[in-house]
Amino acid sequence: MSAASSRSWRSWALLAPTVLTLGLFVVYPLGRALFESVHAWDMLYPRRAVGLDNYAALAKSGALSDIAGRTLLFAGIVVSLSTALGLGLALLLNRPGRLYAFARGAIFSAYVVSWVAVALLWLWILDDRAGAATRLVEALGLKAPRWLGDPKVAPISLALVTVWKVTGYSMIVFLAALQSVPRSLHEAAALDGAGALRRFAHVTWPALRPTTAFVVTTSLIASFQAFDVIRVMTQGGPVKSTTLFVYAIYEEVFINLRVGRASALVVVFFLGVGALTIVNAWALRKRSVGTAPTEKGTTA
Amino acid sequence: MKPPLRILGVGVRTIAVVAAVLVWLTPYVWMTLTSFKTSPEVLANPSAPLPRALQLDAYREVFTAIPIARSFANSLVMSLSIASLQVLLALPAGYALAKTRFTGRRAAFGLVVACLLVPPQITFIPVFLMFGSAHLVNTMAALVVPFAVSALGTFLVRQALLSVPDEIIEAARLDGASELRVVYLVLGPILRPTLAAMFLFSFVYHYSDYFWPLVMTTDDSVRPLPLSIALLKESGTGIRWNVVMAGNVLLSLPVLAIFAIAQRHIVRAVAMR
Repeated sequence: MSAASSRSWRSWALLAPTVLTLGLFVVYPLGRALFESVHAWDMLYPRRAVGLDNYAALAKSGALSDIAGRTLLFAGIVVSLSTALGLGLALLLNRPGRLYAFARGAIFSAYVVSWVAVALLWLWILDDRAGAATRLVEALGLKAPRWLGDPKVAPISLALVTVWKVTGYSMIVFLAALQSVPRSLHEAAALDGAGALRRFAHVTWPALRPTTAFVVTTSLIASFQAFDVIRVMTQGGPVKSTTLFVYAIYEEVFINLRVGRASALVVVFFLGVGALTIVNAWALRKRSVGTAPTEKGTTA
Repeated sequence: MKPPLRILGVGVRTIAVVAAVLVWLTPYVWMTLTSFKTSPEVLANPSAPLPRALQLDAYREVFTAIPIARSFANSLVMSLSIASLQVLLALPAGYALAKTRFTGRRAAFGLVVACLLVPPQITFIPVFLMFGSAHLVNTMAALVVPFAVSALGTFLVRQALLSVPDEIIEAARLDGASELRVVYLVLGPILRPTLAAMFLFSFVYHYSDYFWPLVMTTDDSVRPLPLSIALLKESGTGIRWNVVMAGNVLLSLPVLAIFAIAQRHIVRAVAMR
């Protein structure tokens, strides 16, 4: 028994930095957020226990449903467009040749470049007076919308900028999946006289479906976390139209100095992201299961 | 397929590819062109495609408006420390989880997996309060230490180690190698591709990060580059777009250079997630 416990001791020593860091910077903060969410505190005067008042206030004022609704709309636009575009581009660019490699690199580079750079760049392009997009629309004889100044347009503008930034991600994941579809399956289908569309419907798409589920859930989680683009381009405005979850949390704690209210938002946000991540894990398991039939198909 | 149809297909495909390249590259081109203009030039005719000449006024302006060398150094120190620590700490932890049996192994692995679910946007308030009461806000420690361990990195190293045969480890132990020697000198080299992809991805991610430094820093002393560049927008009256775009070029160039050199590793790291 002493040999086993000394071995246990050694393993825990190897794990100690990891366990301590995760405990201090992930587990403890979760507990602390839960604790602060049932208190009122402005970081100056002592905190008071308020029960579920923070949650009730968020629900009653309609702030919570507004923030959740805006976040879902934004995420819906970003995820549907970036997934569809990523799939289309992957199908288009999945072939050898310099032009194709260059196009893949160009599209994916936007995903790698800093969010600050992308947000500042599009802030300039979408400038009301002098921006290239505004001038282009005016040159066509049309009236340019106030891309970031109109509360109806601003959330869509931010969503489209985000699509530009993240489509490279879904394209890369789809390309990796396409490369695992056995060529022999396509050739067999072609020999059977299946055209390009039928080959897509019966060979490519079944193999990509689990990947699509994976891309959709990861992109959904990522777009729920949108912050940089908002902070640099609109600061949540105009009239709160781009105040999504993380920005609302940031604003509550650093501008309104309401730690309790912000923590209540954090708890709700965590439950939402947690639920999505569990769906994601499930989709991932499906993905590994999903590749099995195609492998069987090749041996058959 | 009939030849004319085929030619049509190739034509449509080429047009689509060129259109995609234009949509993704034109903004960069516009950024670079703007950065070579002077302020009066941008004011007079903002949509003129070309600058009058390759003028470097905007770049000079960036260097006087913000302490860019300092910010760049801060960014490098921060992202290199984080990426190195993540690799150095993921190896022993992944090894313990994949290759040793001990009481509490399932719990330890469960902790790592559970932490995959928690993004920094959820932990930042308590961590900020914690650093605040320890007087560590606005220090390099506040930027680096919370990211010293990557749950994802630990998980990936553990998965990679599962496929390394036990015989290699036993042979090294028979030669009298200590546990740490086995981890860093025997298993480290075997996992080199995984670790390289991890390091590169972590470096690029943290070099570009804006959220965490925004929350944890208040002045120039440890402020990394993305924050300083974002501040260019707020310096002076009215945004001088040529200056902001010059800052943007300086911010993006290192990442684009790394991307051009190591595209394959970065793509691998992303596809691996």
